Amino acid sequence: MARAGNKAQATARTCKEPDLRLTTRTGGRIGDKAFLTILTIFGLSVVAIAVLMAWTLGRDATEPIQRFGFFGFLTGTRWDPVSGNFGAWPFVLGTLVTSVAALALSFLPALGLAILSAEYAPKWIATIVDYIVDLLAAIPSVVLGIWGILVLAPTLRDNVYRPIYEWAATNAPSQVGWLGNPTGYGLVTATLVLALMIVPYTTALARDAIRLVPSEQREAAWGLGATRWEVLRMAVLPYARGGIAAGAVLSFGRALGETMAVAMLIGNSSRLPLTLFGPASSMPSVIVNEFREAVDALHLSSLMAIGFYLFIISLVVNLGAAWIQRRLVPGNAGL
Amino acid sequence: MNLKRRYMRDRLMLILIVLASLVVLTPLLIVLWYVASQGISALNIDFFTKDLGSPTRAQFGQATGLAQAIAGTFVIDMTALLMAVPVGIGAGMMLAEYKEHPLNPLLRVLNDTMNGMPAILKGLLIFTLVVRPSGTFSGFAGSLALGIVMLPIIARATEGALTLVPWSIREAGLALGLPRWRVILAAVLPVARPGLVTGVLIAFARAAGEAAPLLLTSLGNNFLPRNPWNPLEYLTKAADTLPQRLYSLAVSPYQQWHAMGWAAGIILLLLVIVVFLVGRWLTRRNH
Repeated sequence: MARAGNKAQATARTCKEPDLRLTTRTGGRIGDKAFLTILTIFGLSVVAIAVLMAWTLGRDATEPIQRFGFFGFLTGTRWDPVSGNFGAWPFVLGTLVTSVAALALSFLPALGLAILSAEYAPKWIATIVDYIVDLLAAIPSVVLGIWGILVLAPTLRDNVYRPIYEWAATNAPSQVGWLGNPTGYGLVTATLVLALMIVPYTTALARDAIRLVPSEQREAAWGLGATRWEVLRMAVLPYARGGIAAGAVLSFGRALGETMAVAMLIGNSSRLPLTLFGPASSMPSVIVNEFREAVDALHLSSLMAIGFYLFIISLVVNLGAAWIQRRLVPGNAGL
Repeated sequence: MNLKRRYMRDRLMLILIVLASLVVLTPLLIVLWYVASQGISALNIDFFTKDLGSPTRAQFGQATGLAQAIAGTFVIDMTALLMAVPVGIGAGMMLAEYKEHPLNPLLRVLNDTMNGMPAILKGLLIFTLVVRPSGTFSGFAGSLALGIVMLPIIARATEGALTLVPWSIREAGLALGLPRWRVILAAVLPVARPGLVTGVLIAFARAAGEAAPLLLTSLGNNFLPRNPWNPLEYLTKAADTLPQRLYSLAVSPYQQWHAMGWAAGIILLLLVIVVFLVGRWLTRRNH
């Protein structure tokens, strides 16, 4: 490549176009070197940000980790800034429960919409649906949050949580324990809004994966006399499986790190999330809620440590998505 | 096999798929409608010209607005964009044009990972690196955090846009005797420009809606600075932005502030939607 460039430059010297004056041999070589150096600096700064993030979070997390142990801090169930006892398990569990539930709730509907726009709908409808989905994916989470906090949570409290709770209180008092206080702000509300948040994202990724399926694949199934659903089930979905799965994992990663909507709706309690309607917390929500009020050094570094664990979890999830993409997407194996 | 049953199942699945689509689209469109209807009724001239002030101002019916948040959003987002665009495009160029470079595999993995990292961690990073050493929350720290949100999106989009440029264009440039850097800047970049602009706009739309990193870096501020037209006033002190203000308004106990929260919501939504539609329109036009 570089040699070809030099040969080309030798010809250029005889050319009188003003634009090419910079292409004398040395000019080109110095220019190329300088340009690549600048690009390398930019590239290295991306690398540096990632490394700095791991390093600063890890450094700030050392104090609580040394005091409570790496797994001790992770699985400690008491978070009590007053007595200086910090364990992250309530928040880890809150994050995992809400994210898994949100993905489980949103995956099939998202897949349905993706199939509709990629396979069933006529072109013009598909274009509109694509626009809407991409637009919905761009809704800021605080906007969903304000709707959740002022509209959804009170509505659910009055029409769903409280009737269920009252029914349980009179008919099955033993079950009230795991239902929890029906304030409207808790695990279920946060999960619902989280599901709404990630559903356009899952849809967009699944749709793109389905669009990548070569049409020969479909034609072969059509040729065998398959019905439309059978074409989908036997030819299209198996082929797009890897892309859809990777998309779901990425959506899961996004749900894990979603801060604002969850912080507004989950109720913010640092107890273990053992009730359905009762308040809980997630890792990002506890950081954003307590960070500005953390006066005690150990409290602050414990919040940093939660950030550190969140970093590790996100890292694993993202690398997992990349791995799935590489392993399961046909024709991608060599990359 | 039983043909009738197969057709029945085909029908059933179609119905399920349409139902699933409605389940996805309806609630989200309801949210949009809600924000629009609630927000528009809360908008007025004061909203754009006055600052928020203390809660008593709204409670006693005095004129309040979110001028400080609108100005702060503008300054902080633009500063973030100015920092993220060159670095992001540079890193994207590196990935697309110097495929043989040894740094690239690491760069690509880390860039994608950073893209998937929760935004709040980017806020924590800037808090540790900038806010704590400097001893003050500042708008500039906020724009650094937002810049880190934008950066991987821009780099990824740049790589994608440059990869779509046919190889023959590069060969034509090299055959004319242009050095590689001139080929990239003079021949490849103009062809890829719509894709680059779209990537930048999408990154901007994404960062403009982020509240979490800003709560840890630019913190928020109820008041306009003494000289509201000087951008440095926002960058050097704790400053307000729309998403972070929207959060504070929504969790506040004041009814009047809730109404202003809806108004902030519709402004934010319009900002994101307009930026997004312009980006999409650019890509559409060029395909």
